[in-house]
Amino acid sequence: MKELMLTNHAVARGAYEAGARVLSAYPGTPSTEIAESFVKYDDVYAEWAPNEKVALEVAVGAAVAGARAMACMKHVGLNVAADPLFTAAYTGVNGGLVIVVADDPGMHSSQNEQDSRFYARSAHIMMLEPSDAQEAKDFTKLAFELSERYDTPVLLRLTTRVAHSRGLVELCDREDVKLRPYEKSVTKYTMMPASAILRHQVVEERDIELANMVNTLDVNRVERSRRGGKIGVVCSGVVYQYVKEALPDASIFKVGTVYPLPIKAIEKFASSVQQLYVIEELEPFIENQLKKAGIKCKGKEIFSLQGELSVLKILEKFNRNVPVPTPAKVPGRPPVMCAGCPHRGVFYVLSKLKLTVNGDIGCYTLGATPPLSAVDTVLCMGASIGMAHGFKKATKGVSRNVAVIGDSTFIHSGITGLINAVYNESGITLIILDNSTTGMTGHQDHPATGRNLKGEKAPAVLLDDLCRACGVKDISIVDAYDIAAVEDAVKKGLASPEVSVIIAQRPCVLLDKRVKPFMETDGCRNCGKCMQIGCPAISRTADGVKIDPDQCTGCGVCAKVCPFGAIKEGVRK
Amino acid sequence: MNILIVGVGGQGTLLASKVLGRYAVLCGKDCKLSEVHGMSQRGGSVVTHVRIGDKVHSPVIWAGAADVILAFEVLEAARMKHFLRPGGILLVNDVRILPMPCITGAAKYPAGLKEHMLEDINGAYFIPAGEIAEQAGSVRSANVVMIGAMCRLFGFDKAKMRQAVSDCVPEKFAEINLAAFDLGYNRVKK
Repeated sequence: MKELMLTNHAVARGAYEAGARVLSAYPGTPSTEIAESFVKYDDVYAEWAPNEKVALEVAVGAAVAGARAMACMKHVGLNVAADPLFTAAYTGVNGGLVIVVADDPGMHSSQNEQDSRFYARSAHIMMLEPSDAQEAKDFTKLAFELSERYDTPVLLRLTTRVAHSRGLVELCDREDVKLRPYEKSVTKYTMMPASAILRHQVVEERDIELANMVNTLDVNRVERSRRGGKIGVVCSGVVYQYVKEALPDASIFKVGTVYPLPIKAIEKFASSVQQLYVIEELEPFIENQLKKAGIKCKGKEIFSLQGELSVLKILEKFNRNVPVPTPAKVPGRPPVMCAGCPHRGVFYVLSKLKLTVNGDIGCYTLGATPPLSAVDTVLCMGASIGMAHGFKKATKGVSRNVAVIGDSTFIHSGITGLINAVYNESGITLIILDNSTTGMTGHQDHPATGRNLKGEKAPAVLLDDLCRACGVKDISIVDAYDIAAVEDAVKKGLASPEVSVIIAQRPCVLLDKRVKPFMETDGCRNCGKCMQIGCPAISRTADGVKIDPDQCTGCGVCAKVCPFGAIKEGVRK
Repeated sequence: MNILIVGVGGQGTLLASKVLGRYAVLCGKDCKLSEVHGMSQRGGSVVTHVRIGDKVHSPVIWAGAADVILAFEVLEAARMKHFLRPGGILLVNDVRILPMPCITGAAKYPAGLKEHMLEDINGAYFIPAGEIAEQAGSVRSANVVMIGAMCRLFGFDKAKMRQAVSDCVPEKFAEINLAAFDLGYNRVKK
């Protein structure tokens, strides 16, 4: 029986069927659902780690101990995990180790468009790339097999259109994979110069062995066109699916192992077609390797380095006669903070005080959008604190800037930045927007929420205690909806020469499923002040401001900014 | 068969796509769906692609290739209507949700969108899905009202689509959702 499955769920299913025992991950679109799905199977262990580096270290540990293990992350998460990644290539594994990395061409929910395939090449780790849900499950199982056979971690690369699409998947039973015995080996698992020098040789030998082996691996295959076309296309991942629809007369070399590439097999394919194209999203990763091997092909001279490809883009480039309809010019609908979002009032205050705001990654990145327009900088997870410190040092403490970070991001990689600010005495003001969840990725727990990935009770890191332990003396806890208290705390923090931390608390409004109060206007003078908070429940008409009772959650921030006291709580019928 | 589901984050477009996916399975067809998770879900435009056929490759529909667009909001219908193929069906929930640029006054919600679409597109239909859903017992079943209407307009197998609805909603809401389906179905005529 086939089941319609999200590709991320199919990856989890593949890991389950392959007998994987341990999974560790940090949430990140488009990879989050793998861990959420895997944890629901019996006889497995899965967890949210505080960040991707820890997640990968946990998975390496489990693999060395003899279990099949997996770590999952988005593309930028692999930057965080790059340190263990490169050396895990040296140690190799014991039980199979699969690292899932989900890229986001087109940046549906990311801060950059980096191409993770380069990690495979520079760390010398094999990388498989499936093109739909069924392949994702099959490739995951294959990845575990290859990992053990060649004593190497294996990367599985997804992109948003693969990870977040659904397709029919044939389910199989779980393999009974025994825990392999762990044997101490300093030369294999203790990476210091003497042993690492030896392991580097092993890595190179393995690379050559894999580069030969992939030429006959059946996930790298030729599909001849029955229509007798003269062109050949090399592609992988979702692009393969686009090519199948756009160019039915082309012969296709479908690449399953993007690293190492089956160069010899592609060379043979190239000689069988008149013109060879490489169609790939983002960087010319495959193309450049083919060119280096002397295989003539066209790629990025036709296709962009940016964004996603599509059936239509391919049709256009090949001058196929298709009408390309033009979209209507209508106002955009950018994402917004939800009605009742506890971040709104904080950003209203920061905007009002005209501060420079070093922001971070999460729902609160939306504090950069109009009308709040409060956030100045967003770089990467945890960067708000380091950057705020840098602003202070550059301006000899004169800059009027604050760092703003969410609770999950603070745990992920904000703590080290805070320790630096205390140690190197920059006196920054840090606001932790504590909404008790990882919001943007869809409400995942983390070490400070008191729940684990299974939803069970777990020990909770107390953020104020943690900051105190980092050496912060000036810590205030405020209600995020109480904008007067927020303003007061921010002003005090700015005036203090020491590092100040303000923890603005309120659970994410979407977590609270109870019927909520709502606000209504009474005697509105239509001054428009409440429009400055950018609440989607509030709109302005010629007769004054209207608050949509269906969207409103009664947070009351609008009432607090109204200079005429014209917004009050209504009564639900 | 290409169905594009468009709306505003939080309107329940994902459930609609799940129902259609389930329908495909019940019909023994191949099916692929492409969804949006993450940032755009926060009140932004969301687009879900549903493709059903004997063999489906791309999970994504391209402009000019949608047989049906199921639009949960008028502006979103206007934004994505170029995805409709000639002769396709555009079914719109007749409701306006102001995007932030219109709330702040940076842009104006265009006037006459509905009238233009009705004039330009033969297969354009507008129904007040929210109001109809309220009659069924819950405003939250507006998405299922839309599926009911689409089922009739496009001539899907009604019994299988009803089955797909009840397979995809929690058991205690099955009755309300099936009522919503029937009200949507009976509301439209091709």
